[in-house]
Order: sequence, then structure tokens, then C-alpha cells
Amino acid sequence: MSTAAAHKSQAHTSADAPPVIELRNVSKTFGEVRSLSGINFKVHPGEIVGLLGDNGAGKSTLVKTVMGFHRPDSGGEIFFQGKRIDDWSVARARGLGIETVYQERALCEKQPIWRNMFMGREPRTKWGLLDVKKMREESARLMSEHMGFTSAAVHPDNVVTTMSGGEKQGVAITRALYFDAQLVILDEPTMGLSLTETKKTLDFVAGIKKAGKSAIFIDHNIFHVYPVVDRLYVLDRGKVAGVYDKSEISMDDLIDRLYRVARSGSLE
Amino acid sequence: MATETVSAKPKNNRVAPPSMLRRHGSQLGIIGVGIAMWLSFVIAAPAVFTNANIYLAFMQTTPQFGIIAIALTFVVITGEIDLSFPSIMALGTAAFCLVTASFGQHWILGLIAGFAVGALCGLVNGLLVAKLNIPSLVITIGTSFLYRGLELVLMNGTGVPMTAKNYPELHALLRESFFGVPVQTLWMIVVLVALWVLLNRTRFGAHVFLVGDNPTSARLMGINVVSVKTRAFVLVGLMAVFAGLLTSIYGYYFWPTTGDGFLLYTIASVFLGGTSVFGGTGSVVGSFVAAFIIGAINAGIVSAGINAFYTQLAFGLVIVVSVVLQTVIERRIRRQSLTGR
Ligand SMILES: Nc1ncnc2c1ncn2[C@@H]1O[C@H](COP(=O)(O)OP(=O)(O)O)[C@@H](O)[C@H]1O
Ligand SMILES: [Mg+2]
Repeated sequence: MSTAAAHKSQAHTSADAPPVIELRNVSKTFGEVRSLSGINFKVHPGEIVGLLGDNGAGKSTLVKTVMGFHRPDSGGEIFFQGKRIDDWSVARARGLGIETVYQERALCEKQPIWRNMFMGREPRTKWGLLDVKKMREESARLMSEHMGFTSAAVHPDNVVTTMSGGEKQGVAITRALYFDAQLVILDEPTMGLSLTETKKTLDFVAGIKKAGKSAIFIDHNIFHVYPVVDRLYVLDRGKVAGVYDKSEISMDDLIDRLYRVARSGSLE
Repeated sequence: MATETVSAKPKNNRVAPPSMLRRHGSQLGIIGVGIAMWLSFVIAAPAVFTNANIYLAFMQTTPQFGIIAIALTFVVITGEIDLSFPSIMALGTAAFCLVTASFGQHWILGLIAGFAVGALCGLVNGLLVAKLNIPSLVITIGTSFLYRGLELVLMNGTGVPMTAKNYPELHALLRESFFGVPVQTLWMIVVLVALWVLLNRTRFGAHVFLVGDNPTSARLMGINVVSVKTRAFVLVGLMAVFAGLLTSIYGYYFWPTTGDGFLLYTIASVFLGGTSVFGGTGSVVGSFVAAFIIGAINAGIVSAGINAFYTQLAFGLVIVVSVVLQTVIERRIRRQSLTGR
């Protein structure tokens, strides 16, 4: 990988604040398959990081490792705001303000929207009981105001199975944005979305930046990624093949390099 | 931004709520079946079914398996099954008898021991299923023999009399009628209310649905699938012991074979009540009503003077027809074709 680029990117960010999340030497092996090997990766506060790479490069595995869904092989370390965390878990990550729109959406499709919206972080009343009323009302408000969904299928009591692909994705995105996370991860969020839905999603990513929050953005369409990100990681067969500040690489140059990676496994 | 707690209703009136039928289809269905069956009994044998005695009879016996059915609903919603509860009924009640007898008829200690054993049996089931990922259908057949075997060895195959003389308080709690209402049914209502709240108004209950619907999604969102499933099995263990005590005290005797014959009634109640074998959906109210339907068929056929051989036939008809209807209606509601998707 280009170490020079990695160094420069370090210099560009707010030097004093530690990264929101950092992976050091993280590998992940599933039986015989090594999906990640020796990954060094970080996201600074207020930074939008793009993650590019072919199918199977390990992008989703990286995301799930950041979320604590996968435990890294021994030797890998995860740091949250500069502190090493050993008992990382999804519940922990979400509790600390990391939300993800997973590639597979992670919905429970037989359940109504309101159960999906608050999955794993259900609000409770002062009696400690589930605040179903709030879950219903907030779901209705978020789906219509936030996502602008107005079809009959998005009533909070409707089950997710009956919804369109875009509407399902809307639930997953709204859910990630609701909790006011400091780091939002979006794994191919525009897949299967209409033109207007895609634009809305990209606007959301831009909105994260404006709100001073961080994001990791994965998308195969470089025209989606390049305009909104500050920094880019290129992943190839489980390794970081390159890290670029947006300022040091043009979109054309980036496209060239991605083709080269796909052919030869090297960016240069 | 996104976290404001404005509770404004959506302005757009195209957002329509799903119909009552779609939301509560299976519960309404089972209540309908119950009413239809009751009416046909009343028409067939009015003398019997307008007399309170018949109701008193099955209100004493139905809770003996109905209470377990309500708890088993949790396990089935998580997408699992527990076939070992009849053995847990016996093992827990055996623990009650042994501890009570060895501590000078101290029945409170006995209750603690009984419920502890039930919880432990459920914990073992749950950990084997959830932690080791063993299919529950297979492993709970195994633990069923294990628990039953343990109980038979402990009791040396003999029973224990459980008369009111030994512990009058417990008889008052679990056997005597309460202002004319069979106390067993009151207990079953208490269990229904408590477990309804647990299923529909706690995080644990919310996670039961999510885990049964899609365990991977649940895990990705930070839900501890192992813990949720294990707790559901523990719940069945506890309620099995409670049912075992109700059953034994009702008969004034603990039989080492306690629980035999309960398996199918209980499981049938859960499925007849509209809980899906695929996990993710289900209702404790459905299981409650269904248990009484099954209890009523039993009592009704015998009391109506119909040959008892017809009982099984009637069960079969009611269960098969109801489940088929539920499936057909469910798919209609969800606009899926019957022969695939
Ligand atoms: N749970 C898993 N078990 C086994 N192999 C996996 C698992 N998750 C991912 N992989 C493998 O890891 C590699 C990277 O996958 P993934 O991270 O999904 O790539 P990407 O998101 O970049 O397309 C693939 O070869 C995939 O088959
Ligand atoms: Mg992926």
C-alpha cells in the first residue's frame, strides 16, 4: 500500500482528537477463507470515509468487524476514541454511537415497521415497560417526514414484507439516522434504489458531514462516493490497497487505479 | 435533528393503517373457532352445556397444560420447540416432594427447590439449543429422557401422597375454588396477563419476536440471541413445574409418570392458537383460548354422553381444520400465493 498517502492523510485531519474508530492489524478468517488481512483503518471525527473495492474484497466484513459483529483474529486491535476495547460487541458499539445500514439491511420482515425501527434499542417508559406508543408514533413521523414515504405500505403497523425495496431500505436508513450517531456506516445503501431515493440517500451522507458527524460510505458507484467523501480506502482481496485524501487524487485518476487493481491487484 | 421527540401524526392521509383483520387475524380466528365450537356443543347437548358443572370441570384441568402452552409460545416464537416439559413437570414436582419431606413439610422450601430445578432444566435446554446451535427438536427429545430418567431414579419409581393435611396452605392456593371459580383457571389468567406483558411490553418480549423472525438481523442489531432463546426455555421450565404442582395437588398424589399425555395437548394449543412454527409470530392469547378449546372438547364429548372414542377424532378435526384455515387466511392477508411465493 502507499504509505506516503497514509501519512499525509493523518496530517490532514484535526490532529488532537483521536479517531472515532481505529482498526490496527485486523485480520478475519472464516475457516479457510481469509476475508481481511492486516487491516489498518481509521475514521476521524467529522470525516466521511469512502470504502471502495470489488465484490468480495472484504468491505462488508470490515464494517461488521467495526460494529463488533465479527471478532477480529488474535493480534488485531480495535480502538474507540483512542481507547483500546477488548469486549467489543454490536450492543456496545451502538451504545457508543455507531449505527450501520448493513448491506443485507438487517430487517425482521414479518415484524411491523415500528419493531424494526427500534430493534435492539427499544424505548421504555418510566415503569421500565416497552414504550409502544412512542415506537409507533416516532416510526410514522420518521417515515413520512424524514424519508417522505407516503404510500399505504409504510404505516408503522404494516409488516416489512409488504414493502418495496426502496421502502425497506428507507427503514434501515431512517433507523441508522434516528439515534443521532456520531459514526454512521452505510454499506451499499443505494443498491436497488430509484433515482430520487438515491439522491435522498446521498443528501443524507452530505448531511452527516454538515452535522459534524463521521461516516463510512460504501458504494460501487464512484460518482456517488467521490463527491461526498474526505478520504478513500481501496480494498482488494482483504488488504488495504491504497488510502487517498480526496485532495490528492482526481476522480479520473481514481477510476484508472481501480481498473488497475481489478486487473493486477496493484494500484501502481 | 432526527432525535426530536415530536409526536405529530403524519399529515398525509394516504398512510392508512392495516385492517383490524390483518393485525389480529389469527387471534380473531381462534376466538371464532372457540365460539363456533361452543355453540355447536350447546345445540348438540343443551342440557349438559347450560349446566355450570361442565365448565367447572374443564376449568380445573385445562390449566394443567394450558399454563405451559402460554410459556411454550415464547419458545415457538423464537423458532424453537421444547419437547422435554412433561419430564420437567415431573422432575420439578419430585424435587418439591423430596425437599418438602426432608425439611418437616416445609412447602416453601419445596417450592423454591422445585422452581430452581425447573429453571435449571430450562437453562440446560436453552444453552444446548442456543449456544451450541443444536436443533431443539432433537436435543429436547434427549433431555426429556434425561430429566424423566433422573426423576424415576430419584423417586425410585414410587409416588408421593400430596394431601391437604400435609400442607393446607398450598392446597388453598392451588386447589380450592376461589369464590366458586376454579383456582386453576385463575392462576392461568394470572400467568396469561403476566406473560402477555412480558411478551408485548418488555424488551425481552420484543427480542423474542425479532430473534424468531431473523436471528442474523437480530444479531447485527446487537441483540443477544443466545440469551433471549435461553430465557424462553427457562420460562417453559418454570411454568412446567408450576403445572406439575397444580396437576399433582389436583390429584392429591404425585405420580412418577406425571406429564405423560401432556405433550400433544400443549403443543397443539400453541399451534391452534395461531403461533407460527416458522417463528417470528405468535400470541399468548391465542394459546390460552386454544388450550380451553382443547380442554372443552375433552370434557364436552364425555359429558355429552358421546362415546369417548370420538374425542381424538374431534381433536383431529378441530386442529387440522383450524390450522388449514389459519394458513389459507394468513396467506390471503399477506397476498401470497398458496403454492409458493
Ligand atoms: N460469515 C462468513 N463466513 C464465511 N465467509 C465469509 C463470511 N462473510 C464473508 N465471507 C467471505 O469473505 C469475503 C469478503 O466478503 P465481503 O466482506 O462480503 O465482501 P464485499 O462486501 O467487499 O463484497 C468473501 O469471499 C466472502 O465469501
Ligand atoms: Mg458487501
